[in-house]
Amino acid sequence: MAEVASMEEIRATASRLGIDLSEVDLDSIRLPPGEDLGIKSDDEDLNEDDPLEFDGGFGNIIVVDNLPVVPKEKFEKLEGVIRKIYSQIGVIKEDGLWMPIDPSSHKTLGYCFIEYNTPQEAELAREKTHNYKLDRFHIFAVNMFDDIEKFLKVPDEWAPPETKPYTPGENLQKWLTDEKARDQFVIRSGSDTEVLWNDARHLKPEPVYKRSFWTESFVQWSPLGTYLATVHRQGAAVWGGATTFNRLMRYAHPQVKLIDFSPGENFLVTYSSHEPSNPRDTHRVVLNIFDVRTGKVMRDFKGSADEFAVGGTGGVTGVSWPVFRWGGGKDDNYFARIGKNVISVYETETFTLIDRKSIKVENVMDFSWSPTDPILALFVPELGGGNQPARVSLIQIPSKEELRQKNLFSVSDCKMYWQSNGDYLAVKVDRYTKTKKSTYTGFELFRIKERDIPIEVLELENKNDKIIAFAWEPKGHRFAVIHGDSPRPDISFYSMRSTSNTGRVSKLTTLKGKQANALYWSPAGRFIILAGLKGFNGQLEFFNVDELETMATAEHFMATDIEWDPTGRYVATSVTSVHEMENGFNIWSFHGKLLYRILKDHFFQFLWRPRPPSFLSPEKEEEIAKNLKKYSKKYEAEDQDVSLLLSEQDREKRKMLKEEWERWINEWKRLHEEENLERQKLRDGEASDEEEEYEAKEVEVEELLDVSEEVLSFDFGQE
Amino acid sequence: MRPILMKGHERPLTFLKYNRDGDLLFSCAKDHTPTVWFADNGERLGTYRGHNGAVWCCDVSRDSMMLITGSADQSAKLWNVQTGAQLFTFNFDSPARAVDFAVGDKLAVITTDPFMGLPSAIHVKHIARDPSEQTGESVLTIKGPQGRINRAVWGPLNKTIISAGEDAVVRIWDSETGKLLKESDKETGHKKTITSLTKSADSSHFLTGSLDKSAKLWDIRSLTLIKTYVTERPVNAVAMSPLLDHVVLGGGQDASAVTTTDHRAGKFEAKFFDKVLQEEIGGVKGHFGPINALAFNPDGKSFSSGGEDGYVRLHHFDPDYFHIKI
Repeated sequence: MAEVASMEEIRATASRLGIDLSEVDLDSIRLPPGEDLGIKSDDEDLNEDDPLEFDGGFGNIIVVDNLPVVPKEKFEKLEGVIRKIYSQIGVIKEDGLWMPIDPSSHKTLGYCFIEYNTPQEAELAREKTHNYKLDRFHIFAVNMFDDIEKFLKVPDEWAPPETKPYTPGENLQKWLTDEKARDQFVIRSGSDTEVLWNDARHLKPEPVYKRSFWTESFVQWSPLGTYLATVHRQGAAVWGGATTFNRLMRYAHPQVKLIDFSPGENFLVTYSSHEPSNPRDTHRVVLNIFDVRTGKVMRDFKGSADEFAVGGTGGVTGVSWPVFRWGGGKDDNYFARIGKNVISVYETETFTLIDRKSIKVENVMDFSWSPTDPILALFVPELGGGNQPARVSLIQIPSKEELRQKNLFSVSDCKMYWQSNGDYLAVKVDRYTKTKKSTYTGFELFRIKERDIPIEVLELENKNDKIIAFAWEPKGHRFAVIHGDSPRPDISFYSMRSTSNTGRVSKLTTLKGKQANALYWSPAGRFIILAGLKGFNGQLEFFNVDELETMATAEHFMATDIEWDPTGRYVATSVTSVHEMENGFNIWSFHGKLLYRILKDHFFQFLWRPRPPSFLSPEKEEEIAKNLKKYSKKYEAEDQDVSLLLSEQDREKRKMLKEEWERWINEWKRLHEEENLERQKLRDGEASDEEEEYEAKEVEVEELLDVSEEVLSFDFGQE
Repeated sequence: MRPILMKGHERPLTFLKYNRDGDLLFSCAKDHTPTVWFADNGERLGTYRGHNGAVWCCDVSRDSMMLITGSADQSAKLWNVQTGAQLFTFNFDSPARAVDFAVGDKLAVITTDPFMGLPSAIHVKHIARDPSEQTGESVLTIKGPQGRINRAVWGPLNKTIISAGEDAVVRIWDSETGKLLKESDKETGHKKTITSLTKSADSSHFLTGSLDKSAKLWDIRSLTLIKTYVTERPVNAVAMSPLLDHVVLGGGQDASAVTTTDHRAGKFEAKFFDKVLQEEIGGVKGHFGPINALAFNPDGKSFSSGGEDGYVRLHHFDPDYFHIKI
């Protein structure tokens, strides 16, 4: 930006030059045409292109080497040939092709420079024509101009790399050792990003780290909570540390839009899409997979947006995110993406396709991984006008063996829901009715862990009910469904094990007419929040599924998001900046008691820091649950101490505030009395303002409204 | 108790004022006629006809004889409270906004808006005892601050004038010389337009409300920030109970942004806060537009609110109110 001279500087200059500023009409000064004295007008800013495209200056220039050396006469011909080759790839700038000539021999030097309009075109040209065979002797060597400098710096002699002494890293999981066993969360509001402890005992958050402009679009925790990822124009970065947040690694990826961690947080996928230079072309898509710890690019994928936009529902940018879905649980062994008639499964040892080929599935629409096992579930819709049924099949990876298949008829759509332990898979099937005019919904329930994977069909009592939401109990055997067409739908709970028969699904209960459209199970199971977001204005019902009873109903007006903390002890409901009013978040206990609320304008994100899975074996956990009384004694005592301390502090604070206020009041009283006389004078001696001092006089006012005289005849002589 | 709905204005309310005895309530609105009501039962007593634009503010003299009003028709008028007769008109070149009588009712401060290249200004006028001797001459004119001045009031003993407005700064001026004495701190002060300002009964401190969704309590002499009350909606109006340590904030979503879905979305409640502990005590619902004006009866036993919806709601407190404990 140009510096704008302040009025003061102008005055100083004027006095130096002996000009009386008051005699100068500043508005009458006309600058010579074309001269702006380095002061930009406001609308010039608008015309300015994004300057970062040209960072470094020469990103759009390539150097083509190994050209034929030709005399002057053939110069034009060669130039024509080169121009023909390179203008196919992108638009060469005017005067953007320059072939230097040796001044002594008047021959070309065997190389030329080409300048494109954009760095993307230059990059593409380099990729496409490197090793291009013009003829037998001339194989093009193409480099980015920016890279030449880099290559020149490479020393000729190989020097053995220095071995750096090992420095132990920070304990990145220090937050888990918090004495009070609190959880952390990150919030983003305005330009600030903050990490806080949820100090529920003290009914307020405790700050950990705060930074303005920490990220350019959003933040994201890694799935085990070790890292916090930020997104910038140049790429992504991860942050973490024992006590504060230091940058641990950067991942260069210009204009990165989306990021995704593998479940074991070993790898980070970054995505960007680039405007094509030719509006008829599709967007170019770049995906990088980084090793999180080393920052190395393990594999990159480039292509047009079309290639990545198969199946699923395409977003605005054309791809459904995440493009790569990670499978095989926390080991990060496999990742897969869907293509036209194929599913490509890669393994992370070599970052290549398993068996070097994709799995061919005609017309595959959607697929999903089991959360724990290397099993793929995929859905193929009906083909040939119903001649070939739709099907859902389970495929074992890496053997690519089909474990189970189910054919389905007159299907309009399928959705797959995995239970978090990978024990069950529910497939929600929308089928056409006979008239094909409407659809109805049923569920196919797969028991993955049982022999031969038995399938059960579940239909709701009222088959025509629309399914609004479906959710498995995490680590459990139950699921909840919101169904119905009315504005107050019903909610049903089912269990995969009935008391008499462990192999059959049974209904637990149906709650009629609830104002809910979303389900949020506690990560520990057992409790669920039946939430009415959006149209229902933030109705919350905290429900205990073990006892089948409502624990509490509440409302967080206009709430847009709900998130349980990773332990299932607390819930955060937030109003993000989709609305203008009420922005902020509430923290509730699991049984629906509002603990505290924080208001923040322009509130964008609330994310609990995830925790890695517990190391306790299920037996151990059960033992703890059994002896809970013993363990909880200690914590109850602590709680009591804290609440005593709190009320003590609270009382102190109130006392202090009252005393301070008292001081003000007394001061004011004193001043008021001091000024009493003067005030009286201002009021022409009228007695002071105290109400008690005035005398009440009762004044009776009689108003004569009307007087009229009338002569009444009075007859005496009646008798 | 059920609030009394006073329907007399056809346009949004702008200002409410009780007289000293607390038996009369004056209301100003964007329609052109200030109105006076019985503060006890909400009966309309009369109107003051003569303005030709929205009336922004009014003040009544200590003896309840004279009323001053500031209007967008570029004038401020003096009225006989009893008869409704116009006593005098101060003409300006830009809309008048805030008006306030000084102690003793011999001076009045009137602010004018920035308009057609004119900057905003604070005018001090002499008020004659006998209306026939009234002149339009200014004793003092202060210019300087950017943007509209939404409220200007007299400091203790008429020695200072306190102004606040669009630039979010509270200023104290010397009422003799027009010199700027104090300015509120940018860091701790309001962040957005100050919409309202009200003095305590003894003029020892005052409360400001701002679109930055907070209200602040200041010492009138030192301009020390004493308290801040944070709420979740822009504050358009503030009031302080003369009886209890309570403050009331009114406001709501901007009228142009009000959603049509749910009246609760706009937050049109009047919110009660504990003055000392700065904690919310309760709220009074009722308006279906933002609250633009609030006033406490000098006896502290009732208050009234005026909304964008054109209604004045008069609330007499229930006996429970006087025993609220937090």
